[in-house]
Amino acid sequence: MDNLVIAGKTYTSRLLVGTGKYKDFNETRTAVETSGAEIITVAIRRTNIGQNANEPNLLEVLPPSQYTLLPNTAGCYTVEDAVRTLRLARELLDGHSLVKLEVLGDPKTLYPNMVETLKAAEILIKEDFQVMVYTSDDPIIAKQLEDMGCVAVMPLASLIGSGMGILNPWNLQIIIDNAKIPVLVDAGVGTASDATIAMELGCDGVLMNTAIAAARDPVLMASAMRKAVEAGREAYLAGRMAKKLYSASPSSPTDGVIARADTTTKKSTTGKSA
Amino acid sequence: MIQLTINGLPQQFESPINVTQLIDHLALHGKRIAIERNGEIIPRSQFSEQILVHGDQLEVVVAVGGG
Repeated sequence: MDNLVIAGKTYTSRLLVGTGKYKDFNETRTAVETSGAEIITVAIRRTNIGQNANEPNLLEVLPPSQYTLLPNTAGCYTVEDAVRTLRLARELLDGHSLVKLEVLGDPKTLYPNMVETLKAAEILIKEDFQVMVYTSDDPIIAKQLEDMGCVAVMPLASLIGSGMGILNPWNLQIIIDNAKIPVLVDAGVGTASDATIAMELGCDGVLMNTAIAAARDPVLMASAMRKAVEAGREAYLAGRMAKKLYSASPSSPTDGVIARADTTTKKSTTGKSA
Repeated sequence: MIQLTINGLPQQFESPINVTQLIDHLALHGKRIAIERNGEIIPRSQFSEQILVHGDQLEVVVAVGGG
């Protein structure tokens, strides 16, 4: 069975989804369910003091008993903030230590700060977190993150929320070829074919949020993404045909083609001569 | 009277309270939360023992939707 294994735990779905940007919890839940995702990311934020009593909490809608929750460090620009956030997340989730680390460098592009990310990863790994790390598509840094003990490496396809798809499949390919831990494309997926291409390259999974939540019909897009990831994975496992500039290799047989008609010796059907 | 800063906002209490009492006061009982006091996480097991005093700065967090 072709399952995804992350930090020793097995998952059937290779599609991971975020829970942000939906119009309400109902839509969040329906989209997540339709996607078939088993791992979902959540953010950690201050609770609204004074507005709590009857408001449902995200975790009541998407409970830890049904999903593997992946707390992230969205909005963190420093090592300290990222580490503090994940310590709080682990406390909130009763010791659950599988986390997504991202340290951003710039609020306009949301490009990751890889220097800070490397430092944060080191600290978190020493504190026994299982770190799935969001990274640029730099193959050297991706390998360094793996070597220090991250459980998965998650290179961007393009900028968070940009929907631009995979901008550098070559770097992704290098990262995949070098990695012994799972490689999941995270950020920049825009539509189904982007996810399929990621899987065809050999990625172990795809993480996306905006691609689904910002679609005109998020639930329908969630369904498309589920199929896209499955299709891409099957195509990868099936082993695609080679690409050639030309091949002189038609799909139909070359012998038994009917002969070309010879019009100069054609006889009249009535037998009269011309 | 003591003043605590909770999620950046000052709040007054008549006397020192423990964390469990704070959670009830904030209507967060039964919700999944985590609390940091002056930069250090308070484990859930210590909620009824930890007494909050004047000047304590608290972060009370929950999980929300995010990518």
